[in-house]
Amino acid sequence: MTTSDVAPPTTRTRRSSGGSLWRYILVRFLLIFPTVFILVTLVFLFMRTTGDPITAALGGRLPADQLAERIHEAGYDRPLIVQYVEYLGQVFTGNFGRTLSDNQLVTDVLLRYGPATLELAVYSLIVAFIVGIPLGMLAAYLRDRWPDAVLRVLAILFYATPVFFAGLVLKLIFAVGLHWLPANGRAGARNEVALNRLDHPTGIHLIDAIRLGNGAIIGDVLAHAVLPALALGLLTAGIFLRLVRTNMIGTLGQPYVDAARSRGVSEFRLVRHHAYKPALIPIITVIGLQIALLLGGAVLTETTFEWKGLGFQLVQYLLARDFVAVQGIVALLAVIVAVTNFIVDILAALIDPRVRY
Amino acid sequence: MKLRAFLGRLPVVHQFRQSVGLQRGMLLAGLIITGFFAVMAIFAPWLAPFGYNQLTGDDGETFGAQVPPGGEHLLGTTVGGYDVLSRVIWGSRTAFMVIIVAVLLSVFVGVLLGLISGYIGGWVDRVLVVIADAVYAFPTLLLAIVAGIVISRGQSNLLGGVFAAAISITVVFIPQYFRVIRAEAVRVKAEAFVESAKVVGAPVPRIMFRHVLRNSTRTLPLIFTLNSSEAILTLAGLGFLGFGIEPTSAAEWGYDLNRSISDVTSGIWWTSIFPGLAIVLIVLGVTLIGESLNDLADPRLRTRRRAGAATPADAVAETTPVAREDMGEVH
Repeated sequence: MTTSDVAPPTTRTRRSSGGSLWRYILVRFLLIFPTVFILVTLVFLFMRTTGDPITAALGGRLPADQLAERIHEAGYDRPLIVQYVEYLGQVFTGNFGRTLSDNQLVTDVLLRYGPATLELAVYSLIVAFIVGIPLGMLAAYLRDRWPDAVLRVLAILFYATPVFFAGLVLKLIFAVGLHWLPANGRAGARNEVALNRLDHPTGIHLIDAIRLGNGAIIGDVLAHAVLPALALGLLTAGIFLRLVRTNMIGTLGQPYVDAARSRGVSEFRLVRHHAYKPALIPIITVIGLQIALLLGGAVLTETTFEWKGLGFQLVQYLLARDFVAVQGIVALLAVIVAVTNFIVDILAALIDPRVRY
Repeated sequence: MKLRAFLGRLPVVHQFRQSVGLQRGMLLAGLIITGFFAVMAIFAPWLAPFGYNQLTGDDGETFGAQVPPGGEHLLGTTVGGYDVLSRVIWGSRTAFMVIIVAVLLSVFVGVLLGLISGYIGGWVDRVLVVIADAVYAFPTLLLAIVAGIVISRGQSNLLGGVFAAAISITVVFIPQYFRVIRAEAVRVKAEAFVESAKVVGAPVPRIMFRHVLRNSTRTLPLIFTLNSSEAILTLAGLGFLGFGIEPTSAAEWGYDLNRSISDVTSGIWWTSIFPGLAIVLIVLGVTLIGESLNDLADPRLRTRRRAGAATPADAVAETTPVAREDMGEVH
């Protein structure tokens, strides 16, 4: 018996509840806007109620009259509400201004460093899936026996270890101790130059390296990615493990699983198909929520491994008190979080029609 | 016997009595680890060989930087010349202070807002829910950093630093308490006893705090423990990125780890391993407690004393949709 889990719902929904899926999608889509709006507003208020960006970035380094002049030029001496409306208008048209510390277009910064963070996030999600889901299934199947106990403690350990500490330990063992893998960066210095010299680099080093067609560079790029991906991926893997275990315990106790077992379905198939697939919906929902965790973790991982992505830059700009750049990066992250949550909600609704009601 | 009955109703003690086998073991392990750190935090001045910001010994000689473990410095010294063991011990005090302030503040604000939102409803409710959801969805660490910078403005002494860190963490946690209490308040306000109170003419605040709040707090100990572990991780993250408490005003593990990044590449392991292990252990301890409470609160996950003896509660739990906590939402 193959339970039809993923494919048929489109036909099923069309039959049962004509417009409701579209209405659900529309409502969810519209919810993206208040989410982004609120976060952008919060960050704007946080940063501005305590002073203007120019004093924060350059205060103490310029004489008072020059400072006042630059503040006036940039319009930071106008009422907060005027600045706020103007800022919202700019954000809406995709203009985030120029960074104060190194005078670059914020959009350029986002485009240059965003792909690196995306690359890291994808690698670590792969690690999390490979490690977390099978182990979670195993723990649920062997519930309350010793492998379950070991796996649960392991999951908590993954969660309890801050990514940066995991990163430092991995570096100590595999980079400094064993010399197997590089400790920092995204590629060796010479390869980095070669990758940047490419026409229209995607910024995702693996893709660029494949385009170059140079096996040594591909290997180098992958070697640099292993430790950061492990550090960030294992954190997420712990959450996946927990989640798969809890939800599969629920489905393994269902009568249809007993029914399948009595029909002689193999235990492996029982776990892999009958119990796992129905447990998928909450898992997908949570993966959406993990994006926020992943982005936060990326900031720490990138700092640990000098992985020059958005998170690494964000910390540099924060340390330089460059609030224009910070607002831009945070706005982008807000959009990413809101859009992922939207996609995840839609996926969940497509898989399980009950979600919509 | 009265004492026993009273003890049995305390949150953790009650669950401990309820637990068996493996679950009891996990709960016990968590309690022991957390207790160990609590003792360390309370008795830090007597346990630590040196002060957290002490650079010279009693003989007036400086410790020296990056001294390997052994001899006078059991766990070595850091790149800044502090004694690692002392900073690890003092760090537990900072961690506990931040947890307590952060969790108390967020419980207070979150519960109040959740209660108002859930009980009064209407547009206040809708606005608060949208705001809470937006904040909830965003990376907690980033929000905490932004809040931390605004609150502390860079410089921080012990109390200021602890409060800045705690408030930054609070901003992130309020939505969680808000959501839980709101959901409970919405459920409880439809109960008959609330209506009876209204009929009798009880004033709204009395209904809210006496009737609704008292019946909405059952999940709080659970979130409390799970939040505490997240508070420690957030504090360490803040410290690691350089937005935490200054080394001269308190010992903070995340800061020490930040300083040890360059040590690691030159093979100096003791400056990062020990503060890091301290974080892992304390989070492990608190999370073990939280996990066990979570399992014990959920009839489907509770290990039964007698296998196969399903209670009516189990049957109900099987028919209800997956609880939000099972979806990993409670952190």
